[in-house]
Amino acid sequence: MWDYSEKVKDHFFHPRNVGEIENPDAVGEVGSLACGDALKLMLKLDTSGRIVDVKFKTFGCGSAIASASALTEIIKGKTLDEAGKITDNDIAKYLDGLPEQKMHCSVMGREALEAAIASYHGLKIEKPVDEGVIVCKCFGVTDNKIMHEVREHKLTTIEQVTNYCKAGGGCGSCHPKIQAIINEVWQKEKEKAMIEMVRSPVKKLTNIQKMKLIQETIERDIRPTLQSDGGDVELIDIDGDRVMVSFRGSCAECPSSKVTLKSTVEAKLREFVTDTVIVEEVAS
Amino acid sequence: MKVVYADNNATTKVAPEVVEAMLPYFTEYYGNPSSMHSFGGQVAKKIDVARQQVAELVGADPAEVVFSSCGTESDNAAIWGILRANPRKRHIVTTRVEHPAVYNLGKYLVQCGYHVTELGVDSNGMLNLDELSDAIREDTAIVSIMYANNETGVIFPIEEIGQIVKGKGSILHTDAVQAVGKIPLNLSKSTIDLLTLSGHKLHAPKGVGALFVRKGITFAPFIIGGHQEKNRRGGTENVPSIIGLGRACELARNYINEESTKMKQLRDRLEEEILKKAPDARLNGHKMQRLPNTTNLSFEFVEGEAILLLLNEKGICASSGSACTSGSLEPSHVLRAMGVPFTAVHGSVRLSLSRYNTIEDVHYIIEQLPPIIRRLREISPYGSREMKMKEQAARVVAGM
Repeated sequence: MWDYSEKVKDHFFHPRNVGEIENPDAVGEVGSLACGDALKLMLKLDTSGRIVDVKFKTFGCGSAIASASALTEIIKGKTLDEAGKITDNDIAKYLDGLPEQKMHCSVMGREALEAAIASYHGLKIEKPVDEGVIVCKCFGVTDNKIMHEVREHKLTTIEQVTNYCKAGGGCGSCHPKIQAIINEVWQKEKEKAMIEMVRSPVKKLTNIQKMKLIQETIERDIRPTLQSDGGDVELIDIDGDRVMVSFRGSCAECPSSKVTLKSTVEAKLREFVTDTVIVEEVAS
Repeated sequence: MKVVYADNNATTKVAPEVVEAMLPYFTEYYGNPSSMHSFGGQVAKKIDVARQQVAELVGADPAEVVFSSCGTESDNAAIWGILRANPRKRHIVTTRVEHPAVYNLGKYLVQCGYHVTELGVDSNGMLNLDELSDAIREDTAIVSIMYANNETGVIFPIEEIGQIVKGKGSILHTDAVQAVGKIPLNLSKSTIDLLTLSGHKLHAPKGVGALFVRKGITFAPFIIGGHQEKNRRGGTENVPSIIGLGRACELARNYINEESTKMKQLRDRLEEEILKKAPDARLNGHKMQRLPNTTNLSFEFVEGEAILLLLNEKGICASSGSACTSGSLEPSHVLRAMGVPFTAVHGSVRLSLSRYNTIEDVHYIIEQLPPIIRRLREISPYGSREMKMKEQAARVVAGM
């Protein structure tokens, strides 16, 4: 049994604004029967460009119906510009949250709204054209869409990607591709951050910033590498450029831990923090 | 609120007679059956009675019955037990419609380096026996094929399957969790080598099951520990539940023919009326080769979870093969293997009855379910015929 909030249940059992509008000013349609959920959103605007009426029809589970109903309540009375700023998180928040596995329902709401706004501006009447390549054949999800969700929601695992856009939730044969997209997005983000750092080399880090950056680098770039070999490292103290760490797990007994200290821990910290860092191993 | 329980393939109510039989074994006869003293020894004798009761229901010799903690354990014990006893044989044959206890074990065995052949099914959920014959190789350690499907109720011709497996010199295991207690079985005149059964599907409690291992089959224990179950399953016996399982099997044996006739009548009535009252609905699975208690129906243009939530509001317990109810996004692997279109899989509902269901229950479901489908279709953008045509046209264009 899904753990739905009272608000989700209320919007599912008593959906607001179900139906269709004759001669709508904007229509957004997303999803399909094969995907297991679909949403058709219709808007009517007044002369000042505000949404005076909105209706929807949904094919989908309890939270898909509730998300669509919530969306209609949120956007009523707003201008298209205001409505365009609504995110899937806003829809989830309005419903006092959705189960993690159901976040794609709120994503569908946002997408239908985007499609409706685009149709008003005469861009596309049909579904927005996504020029990406289909990665998940089961649910017809493209690489562009996966990249968007990964960036937008800071997703790091395949399971999270499935929760947000369904990709990978069917046969599972696209999992390696999804993983590659996740890796690529975060690799690019890292490079971007690096370039920015190089561009502003004069910017001197404060002590607090430096400590934070050391901690982040250890968490993000060093520990996962060591953990994959059954080892680990703990940050003990920082004193100026001296960074004191202690090895854990298999690294603690490893005869080549001195090499790891220099080649992995110090090298990474020099790469991402400052090239004057000196790493020392201390007893903990 | 009134509760109509129509999800008996998920689990069943423990029969009051079973509870009554179990109670003394918590506080009165709590001895360990392995103990030397007679306080424990008397319990061992009662376990033997239960073993006899289980054996009688399925026509086995009591010495061939090994108690376990559940159906999943029995399935794992059967498959691992044969693989470990035949380390040179690295191939198993199973089907695409097995319960996760076998289906996911098969996936895991592939990761462990075993070769696994999964047999497909046709649109009625039936196997092609020629395909089975071709799939069995010299190094096939075990063929594991379910007796009856938990989602559709489809019954496989297990004796014919057994003949083929015997002819090829391999071993047949069957997960009969859904069949035992619903249809008569006689293992004394059967080609089945190992058979899984589970307590909570036949009005015994959860947490107890059994594995039938035919005499002469070499089998390595799955749970290694004490000498319990003649060294075939370590661990102190779950005495009250084993007593309960014995009693439940005795009840099933006494009433199996009468009950399955009654269940079948109720099920057929339910199915016919719903198909009559709800347009664009279909039956999933072979209409005849089927358990007497199960019906699996698909309603186009609506989604299963939404149906279940609205049924739940009316006190009706059912289940669905829809992706949204599975905890993952993957819709029923059984219906997909049968080639049921995605659209119909999403809107599938399984209703499964037991001896405790009445004609009033059936009338209540017939009264409540069709309006729920209608209500959801009114919300659905695909509610009208016109949309259906549009969708089909799109599929033709997309070459699907």
